[in-house]
Amino acid sequence: MTEKLLLKKQKSLSSYLKNGGYEALKKALSSGQKVVLEEISKSKLRGRGGAAFWASLKWETVAAQMTSPKYVICNSDEGEPATFKDRYLWENNPYQVIEGITIAGYTVGAKKGFIYIRGEYRDIALRIEKMLAELRKKGYLGENILGSEFSFDIEVVMGSGAYVCGESSAILNSIEGKRGEPRIKPPRTSVVGLFGKPTLVNNVETLSNVPLIVKNGGEWYTSLGVGNSTGPKLFSVSGFVKKPGVYEFELGKITLGELIEAAGGVEGEFKGAMIGGGAAGFIVNEEFLDMPMDFDSAWDRGISLGTGDVIVLNKSVNLWKMLHNIAWFFEHESCGKCMPCRYGTYHARKIMEKILAGNGTKEDIKKLNRIARTVKIASICGLGKSSMDAYLSAMKHFREELMEVIL
Amino acid sequence: MKITINGQEYNVEGRKSILQVCQEVGIYIPALCYYENEKPTGSCGLCIVSLKNPRGKKTYVRACATPVRDGMVIETSTPEIEDARKTILEMILAEHPPECMTCEANGECILQELAYRYGISKPSFTAEIKGFVKDDNPFFIRDNAKCIKCWKCIIACRDVKLKKVLGVKGRGHNVEIIAGTDEPLIDAGCAFCGACIDACPTGALFEKSRVGKGRVWEMRKITTVCPYCGVGCMLDFYVNDRKIVYVRGSKEGINKGDDCIKGRFGWEFVHSKERLTKPLIKINGKFREVSWDEALDYIAKRFKEIKDKYGADSIGGFSSAKCTNEENYLFQKFMRTVIGTNNVDHCARLCHSSTVTGLIKTLGSGAMTNSIDDLEKADVFLVIGSNTTEAHPVIATRIKRAVMKGAKLIVVDPRKIGLARFATMYLRPKPGTDVALINAFINVILDLDLVDWDFVKSRTEGFEKLKKVVEKYTPEYAEKITGVNAHDIVKAAIMYGKAKRAAIIYAMGMTQHISGTANVATLANLALITGNVGKEGSGVNPLRGQNNVQGACDLGALPNLLPGYKKVIDLSAHEHFMHHWGVDVPYKPGLTIVEMINAAYDGKLKALYIMGENPVLSDPDQTHVIEALNRIEFLVVQDIFLTETAQYADVVLPAASFAEKDGTFTNTERRVQLLRKIVEPPGEAKPDWWIITELARKMGHEWNYTCPEDIFNEIRKVVVQYAGMTYERLRHGGLQWPCPDEKHPGTPILHQKIFPRYNGLARFVPYEYIPPAETPDEEFPYIMITGRMYEHFHTGTMTRRVDGLNHIAPEPCVEISTEDAKKIGVNEGDYVYIESRRGKIKARVKIADIEQGCVFLPFHFAEGPANRLTSGENLDPEAKIPEFKVSAVKIWRCET
Repeated sequence: MTEKLLLKKQKSLSSYLKNGGYEALKKALSSGQKVVLEEISKSKLRGRGGAAFWASLKWETVAAQMTSPKYVICNSDEGEPATFKDRYLWENNPYQVIEGITIAGYTVGAKKGFIYIRGEYRDIALRIEKMLAELRKKGYLGENILGSEFSFDIEVVMGSGAYVCGESSAILNSIEGKRGEPRIKPPRTSVVGLFGKPTLVNNVETLSNVPLIVKNGGEWYTSLGVGNSTGPKLFSVSGFVKKPGVYEFELGKITLGELIEAAGGVEGEFKGAMIGGGAAGFIVNEEFLDMPMDFDSAWDRGISLGTGDVIVLNKSVNLWKMLHNIAWFFEHESCGKCMPCRYGTYHARKIMEKILAGNGTKEDIKKLNRIARTVKIASICGLGKSSMDAYLSAMKHFREELMEVIL
Repeated sequence: MKITINGQEYNVEGRKSILQVCQEVGIYIPALCYYENEKPTGSCGLCIVSLKNPRGKKTYVRACATPVRDGMVIETSTPEIEDARKTILEMILAEHPPECMTCEANGECILQELAYRYGISKPSFTAEIKGFVKDDNPFFIRDNAKCIKCWKCIIACRDVKLKKVLGVKGRGHNVEIIAGTDEPLIDAGCAFCGACIDACPTGALFEKSRVGKGRVWEMRKITTVCPYCGVGCMLDFYVNDRKIVYVRGSKEGINKGDDCIKGRFGWEFVHSKERLTKPLIKINGKFREVSWDEALDYIAKRFKEIKDKYGADSIGGFSSAKCTNEENYLFQKFMRTVIGTNNVDHCARLCHSSTVTGLIKTLGSGAMTNSIDDLEKADVFLVIGSNTTEAHPVIATRIKRAVMKGAKLIVVDPRKIGLARFATMYLRPKPGTDVALINAFINVILDLDLVDWDFVKSRTEGFEKLKKVVEKYTPEYAEKITGVNAHDIVKAAIMYGKAKRAAIIYAMGMTQHISGTANVATLANLALITGNVGKEGSGVNPLRGQNNVQGACDLGALPNLLPGYKKVIDLSAHEHFMHHWGVDVPYKPGLTIVEMINAAYDGKLKALYIMGENPVLSDPDQTHVIEALNRIEFLVVQDIFLTETAQYADVVLPAASFAEKDGTFTNTERRVQLLRKIVEPPGEAKPDWWIITELARKMGHEWNYTCPEDIFNEIRKVVVQYAGMTYERLRHGGLQWPCPDEKHPGTPILHQKIFPRYNGLARFVPYEYIPPAETPDEEFPYIMITGRMYEHFHTGTMTRRVDGLNHIAPEPCVEISTEDAKKIGVNEGDYVYIESRRGKIKARVKIADIEQGCVFLPFHFAEGPANRLTSGENLDPEAKIPEFKVSAVKIWRCET
């Protein structure tokens, strides 16, 4: 694939319009909600925020709700370490995201959208505010958009540094001004969401795909990617590579090894990689280098593509140190609402500290395994559930190395 | 639907969670954070179960939060699940103090029970036991180390009671439950309802009063009626070693486990050292302890002498809304048949006598038309002249919960009361202008034709008269009188008029005016014209102030009405009572409370028998009352303490408190409930029914009542509304009158088919607006409103003897608007003098959101008696209720 569909540099509205920007919205407004829903469904678009949930299922559920008002939230919390694709989109191709939000609002019947952006992206948030003002002035937002019956506006809400607020229900609490902690499901956010109303929560990258689908059709979109992993995907590649950055490829058209090569290759001697969503990812070994980078191939191998980021590890990496760092991250970011995560992340970090100090025993490994099983099945939200994935996958793929220091 | 749990199929109906279903069919699932009937938080994670989807994939969900669906295949106790549960428990226990031996929760701690069940004596995880004990209030301890942060207290405070005081601080492993912005509970606005204590699964929250006083299995739990307001909450008293140890709201009552600061923590007075324990006779200005025989002989002798010399009508009696139905019945029977006068009244005169007159005129019956449970069904509430959150907190919570579920709330009050925070509309009229406001509501409803014509045509009379009177009360006209914006009047009228079910709730803000009867009748007109009487979630609902004021009225402790609201002037009633009592009742209606005080002042009333009332603080114009009591020849006061009034008595009789006797109370919704004896009376104190019976016997009447049930069985014969009630039936949650026979289920909603008037129709009784008797002038520029506050009750006889309540509310505070405080030159906390035409008192300033030109003063404090300032002359012409709500006063800064 030569032409990039997401990684475009069109920072101004005029450049975006020149390249066909907002044609999708016009098309959506003239063809109606039902057609857009059909195209999204045909496209097999899956969420880019980590869970790879079918976008059309969320969209259809929200659209089908009879209660009003409804809301659209663009989740731009991007809290995972080593994930920075959304930031790239906002910095280089922001209008495509905003157009996506607007189309989503139109399609599900919302009049109000929110961009929830992490507090660390403060300068981006300020820039977005300016863009929104400009779009309002030009009739792309506000009352009767482009002369249609459709009215829609977007508000920017900034997070305050809590990782958990990127979770699709904690984000609602945060916008409502409440403590950032997840809500228990059911009910689903698409039925009872923001302020108790049906709410569509989509990731920045997911929404940036929407104008492509609407403009070119769902069928065209399925020609990109493989099987049920369709469309382009952004990969944040970091760690021990020569050219870290954001890379766009069609899903499944490139292997892990090829992706690392595209990023300039390993710096030092390859040891493994962490894939799938920063700290919430999986630590894998060289056996995965031939794995195609798409959702299903990852699942087939017992891991998840997540947000599509890759941290490359070389032989200098001490895995226990890394695991401890990850455990510390989760302990720090646990909201404390549910006990498995509140206590589990705390004890995991403490035990790893003991191991790092050279005092780890087989009993400690048993305890870590118990914690890992417990948080996986008993935590409320994805934060807790995935907090021990790194440990479990490392144990699977680097067991010998890890057990070396255990007494 | 069919579901499979652990391999066995079950048929389930309705929307239930997996946990509920498992509890129903007897499958154990552990849970620490589960709060019945509330939205689950899923904090503990112990209730996880596994589901198998059709493709055979296993998922884990929380049983508390997951509704059952047809075809679900559920496993509740696989090795993975049990391992996770044990891991969670071990991690909790790792930092939980192992203090079960001395912990107050021992025996009722869920964590302890789970540790036992899972056999965890030494958790395999280790952690530092952190935390500190917060002792920041008089009533309960917060032991942070024992807190497992399960969020249950927060659900109780935020979602159930809508107090929103408790919250969370910190994140992850450092979370901590805090009050407000991590401040002492009192500063955070805690209402001390204790819902958090009930919710706590461990020993993190516990009453101070129970420390070291016994284990839960040593306690005797006795469920009885709360001694305070008219809501009539049932309370569970935990008693050990013949003393009350702690109290909790009972789930059996209409309060469904709820209660307030007074019900839960206001019982200390029962064991007060100041309780009266022996009869006292005053000789040469000093009280001397005497035997019961001597005291009763003396009273009998003096009553006989005075009756012989001046006639029976020279004697009067104050019955009590704090005493049981049985005692009120006996007291009025004593006055009418033993003394031979209708001079019997009680404090309903001062609170809801205008309700009785106003509602009997219009609806035919002077009581709350609907029920407390029923209130939640209303679409619109009109709360007018009721500071519900402070005076009837448990009902206020019900209203708030209904509002959270979507009901609309109109609050009308010169003060921005607690409920106003939840209100859809808040209207602020000038005190005493309510008739104009409500007439304007009716005017708008007529104008926009929001009238329920079917109802008006088939069930009412007098519509034309109403129409004529309200014609001139246009919103603009009413705005001039009330100060409420005409647009708001229209909006509120439409909100009420368009509602499917609208409930009016009112209290003393309506009744304590010279236009009290007019206010009440006008509210009834409003309800009638929109068809909001006789159906669920509607009605005209006076909230009664005392726990048995309804019963005292029902049983005829009124000068013009006999038991069952039979009129003294109705000759056929006399036949009825002659038949049952064997003695005729005098024909002349007696004097009301205020009239008796005036007669005493004028030297016409020579003797007064006061049972459980404290007119020196509760009646208007204190100076006048005291002088009247001084002038009385013979004063008998029967009470639990030597009250401000008892000090003027010639004989003082020590009575048993609510906690020391059996009987029945009738709450605001006409529900007759059983009062149960909890502890023995102190010293020689006796129940009021015993005292009255003995006195009647000393005066030559062969009364043979041996227990309250004897008296109740006589009441059943005399009062048709109570005929179907027996103590046995009342044991199961009480019955609402009318209950004419033993098969009758009681009457939750009055007037469903006919109104109890001669023709079965309700009557519109319109009134014109008349201004209050006292209007501010140059000398007395402020209007003073009196009323209640949350922490204290009535004349403080009980609550002022509870240390904790005095700690929170130690002295009288006058509420003043910011603007007026500036004008007077005072700040919050300064002292001021308040003076009316009748007297002067001192109080501390509290800046409040109140109509400019108005101040509010609670009447509970002997050291700053609000009723020294009120007038006993400005009475409602029909109900004779004094205008407590409007007194012209002046205020100035007190320098010392």
